[in-house]
Amino acid sequence: MEDRIAELRAAGEAAVAAATTTDELEELRVAHLGRKAELPNLLRDVSKLEPAQRGIVGKAANQARQALQAAIDARVAELGEAELDAQLVADRVDVTLPGRAEPVGGLHLLTRVRRDIEDVFLGLGFDVVEGQETETVHYNFDALNHAENHPARDRADTFYLAPSPRLEGDVQRLLRTHTSPMQVRHMERADPPVAIIVPGRVYRPDSDATHTPQFHQVEGLWIDTDTTLADLKGVLLAFARAIFGPDREIRLRPHFFPFTEPSVEIDVSCHLCGGTGALADRSRCPLCKGTGWIEILGSGMVDPNVLAAVGRPEYDPERVQGFAFGMGIERIAMLRYGLSDLRPLYENDVRLLEQYA
Amino acid sequence: MKVPMSWLADHVALEGLGATEVAARLNVTGTELDRLIHHGVETPERIVVGRVLTCEPHPDADRLRVTTVDVGAGEPSQIVCGAPNVAQGQTVAVATVGAVMPGGMKIKKAKLRGQTSQGMICSARELGIGEEHDGILALDEVLPGAGTVEPGTPLTDVLAHADDVLDLEITPNRPDCLGIYGIAREVSAATGAALRPAPWTAAGAEVAGTTAQDGEDAGPEDPAGDAIDGFSVRVETTGCPRFTARLFEGVTIAPSPLWMQARLSAAGLRPINNVVDITNYVMLVTGQPLHAFDADRVAGGALTVREARDGETLDTLDGTTRTLKAGELVIDDADGPTSLAAVMGGARSEVHEGTTRVLLEVAAWDGPTVHRTAHRLDLFSEAASRFAKGLAPEQVDWAQALATRLMRETVGARRVGGTIAAGTWNPAVVQPPLTVRESRVARLLGQAVDRPRQTALLDALGFGVTDAEPDAPAGTGALQVVVPAERRADVTREVDLIEEIARLGVVADLEPTLPTRRGARAARLTPRQRARRRVEDVLVGRGLQEVVGWSFTDAGAPERLGLAADDPRAQAVVLANPLSEDQAVLRPSILVSLLDVARHNRTRGVDGLRIFETGTVFRDTPDPARPDMPYEHLAVAALVQDDLFAAKGLLEALMDALRIDDWAVAATDEVAFLHPGRAARITVGTGETATVVGLLGEVHPRVADRWDLPRVATFLVDLDGLLPRVPDARPFRPVGAFPDARFDLAVLVADEVTAAEVVAVARKAGGALLEDVSVFDAYRGKGVPEGQVSLALHVRLRAVDRTLTEDVIGGTRGAIVDALSAQVGGVLRG
Repeated sequence: MEDRIAELRAAGEAAVAAATTTDELEELRVAHLGRKAELPNLLRDVSKLEPAQRGIVGKAANQARQALQAAIDARVAELGEAELDAQLVADRVDVTLPGRAEPVGGLHLLTRVRRDIEDVFLGLGFDVVEGQETETVHYNFDALNHAENHPARDRADTFYLAPSPRLEGDVQRLLRTHTSPMQVRHMERADPPVAIIVPGRVYRPDSDATHTPQFHQVEGLWIDTDTTLADLKGVLLAFARAIFGPDREIRLRPHFFPFTEPSVEIDVSCHLCGGTGALADRSRCPLCKGTGWIEILGSGMVDPNVLAAVGRPEYDPERVQGFAFGMGIERIAMLRYGLSDLRPLYENDVRLLEQYA
Repeated sequence: MKVPMSWLADHVALEGLGATEVAARLNVTGTELDRLIHHGVETPERIVVGRVLTCEPHPDADRLRVTTVDVGAGEPSQIVCGAPNVAQGQTVAVATVGAVMPGGMKIKKAKLRGQTSQGMICSARELGIGEEHDGILALDEVLPGAGTVEPGTPLTDVLAHADDVLDLEITPNRPDCLGIYGIAREVSAATGAALRPAPWTAAGAEVAGTTAQDGEDAGPEDPAGDAIDGFSVRVETTGCPRFTARLFEGVTIAPSPLWMQARLSAAGLRPINNVVDITNYVMLVTGQPLHAFDADRVAGGALTVREARDGETLDTLDGTTRTLKAGELVIDDADGPTSLAAVMGGARSEVHEGTTRVLLEVAAWDGPTVHRTAHRLDLFSEAASRFAKGLAPEQVDWAQALATRLMRETVGARRVGGTIAAGTWNPAVVQPPLTVRESRVARLLGQAVDRPRQTALLDALGFGVTDAEPDAPAGTGALQVVVPAERRADVTREVDLIEEIARLGVVADLEPTLPTRRGARAARLTPRQRARRRVEDVLVGRGLQEVVGWSFTDAGAPERLGLAADDPRAQAVVLANPLSEDQAVLRPSILVSLLDVARHNRTRGVDGLRIFETGTVFRDTPDPARPDMPYEHLAVAALVQDDLFAAKGLLEALMDALRIDDWAVAATDEVAFLHPGRAARITVGTGETATVVGLLGEVHPRVADRWDLPRVATFLVDLDGLLPRVPDARPFRPVGAFPDARFDLAVLVADEVTAAEVVAVARKAGGALLEDVSVFDAYRGKGVPEGQVSLALHVRLRAVDRTLTEDVIGGTRGAIVDALSAQVGGVLRG
């Protein structure tokens, strides 16, 4: 009996080892371990044996059955892996075919640059405020210390609104020519200290490759008891490095603006030639025209007359002081993205805009 | 302002400083270089003095001469010349072979009709020093002493004809720098080079190698008195602080000396004649314009300065008849207006070829008045643009003094009488000095500058500085500063003096610092600003491209949108001075610019457009926040080349991202530019607080057609109305650990019943367990009776604390079905 069990076990194991497919193994399982197979039947009939034999035969048969089952399981696993591998190999696709299309949108370049600028100044402690695009002569010029004959007031330099019977008041209205009207408007309603930037759209009647009748500016204003010209330089140096690269330097060039005194223009060392004025091939740098410096904005210490125009004791020019600056978003965009013509920005050819998406 | 370097060197000891170095220093002290120009011949060393030895007709050309010219070389050069006035014995300027002329023409050895020509005999114009081009420049006729100059001598040794010229951008606060002496003072202060005495003083005359006579050392008093026989001046307006006149006799109008012509040419002015050239030359030195009358054409010898009457006319010397406005300044003689004061002289009294007596006017005018006149007439002459900035009355005396010396020296004119002076200016009134506190300088600039240094900087600019307490401790003292006349308009306050100190002594080496933010408050975008960015980001995330359109549009845009004239959206804000008809008004709806952008892209072949814009729209109606100003609001709009539901899907995504739950749409057929069957108003809020914030729909096919567009759908939202309703944070609500129960049901309702009504009924009937109900299909057609629609609802139930049993789910489903039946006549399908 025991010999027979060993025989069955050996035959089964040999057959399992020889099997080459999982289907074949299933047949072997039925043949060797199934209801009609000899080994299970032996085991089932153990009770009919003599008591002395029962333990020995039962144990041997059980072991044989378990071993055979384990051999089948192992072989199934082995062959299953191989079959899956084969199946996967057969299921090969051309991965260079395109994916299912997802539309990709994008912010307009001007919005991207505006956000970049906002984020830099938020980091430097400036709040962001916005103002109206239609303004009065008072806030756009008078309160900003523009002389009565300042050329910026000319109709050639400012869009004025036609008189409207629907509006109250006898005021001369215009499209703001800069974001600066918010200096005085903000100080009228907020107490010092004040640290704000004012991004927004402004208008001037110019139209050529580098001037469009509408464009965008960011105004800056910081007023406190002890804000200095050196602070202005520090803030704008940090800005220039954030936008144009960590190696940039800035220089202050004295200038004249009606609403600041002293006034300075800010140049940043050229990011194309590294401030040397020459490219690697020793040709003259086309961006800074060989000077090593690029003008990026106008600024200065807020003129006492502007603080006085606020008309609040909190802004007594003997008590508070500070700086202001104004930059063109288009100008920053031109310098950073190498644009030479602004007009396409407002044509909005999506084929162009998508380049920046 | 064009400043020839050799002219500048007359007034400041440049000591080898070149144009580039001077420009670099000016550039960082407040005077920007526009460009550096080389005026005249590019190779001045190749222009030499020559003497014409022989001059014969060209054998094969009627108009040419063949000359031999001694140019100081071993052999005379043979030069073919086309000028009619070339003659044997002349001293001439010869461009030798290799010379590069103004404009880049290079002189080469050439053959002209068979005759060798080694160089060129130059005309004044060819050298860039004048206008004369009918013939060659006969140096012996126009340059005293030229006849004895050794041939071969570089022309530059006898005539400064080629020069580097600084073209400087002068800021409007610095009219003193519209004169070369003013620039010289800046250069001196910026570089440390010594400033020479002003040319209108006796010391200045001495520097120029001459001696000042009476009236040539500037001052308010003329030793020759204050009268001229036969002439009188009356000033009847406050617009003329000072008006002076001097008389010169024995004038012969002729070309001015070559050196003066060369200088004027280099400075960008055309030489005219000896008298006019003096007025221009003196203006360029002093910054003070002058006007020369033919004294014999001043009717009655009487000049009256007055304000014009409306509609008066005057013929100015450019040959134009000008109509004047009340308040503009004119100068009359006995025959009426003879000069448009400060802007342009009159034709009647101008200096002409036969003039023998000159009345020289030098005056100071009210800047803003001159500016208005010049601006109205678009006549910003050299004179008007200087006067418009407001010049000091003292400058009048400088100009008279220098002009008087030049009239004597270069015209040979004789001054007769003294100086007539009139006007409101009182030289006895002295402006009090300004105070500069040392502490204030440090406080404003962030860098201390001690008083001796401040004094030195201001002194170099011509300010009179006194330190009343030189022993005061550092940081406490103050300087008393007298402002020189030419800076009086610009420097009126302490801060203006601090600017002078800053630009010359501080700005270049200022150590950067960062300001301290006071108060425990971080800078951050406001909720509204963050929400606006969210709006933009959501639409970008859905595959839309942001565009930035024009605020401007044409007056016909509302009509193209189909808007009635009384529609609020048709009330466009009108510009008084638009650049063009296409940009005559401000957009009353953001849809205008989106449609424009869409058309532009369609014409360039872009298909499947998906765009959006945020921006300001304007209406000519009072702004609630500023009643004297037009209404403005910030809007967002999307436009897709698709149907209503594509646009609505974007709107839903937008509202979802903004966490706005209580919004709804309601159909409308009253919006002219939207498809009447596919349009809706967007409301936010419920009941009393519900507000219309925008519109959704397909653009009306007729409107789309006007922009050459196919079917496009849009939504327009007033962000000023929407963004304040965006909750900053939605409180946390637990979802529990149990799966949601879901079921679908289809219900037949009459066509008039909207999906929104069905959803509302189902939502209410679903009670507390109802998490969400939505319509996922609307079907009409086979199996659905005429006049009805089958709406398929997807229902989701949830309990936080348990798995929902079939009984509970079935109960809720039954309640929903019953409610739909009772409230909207809904019949459950199959």
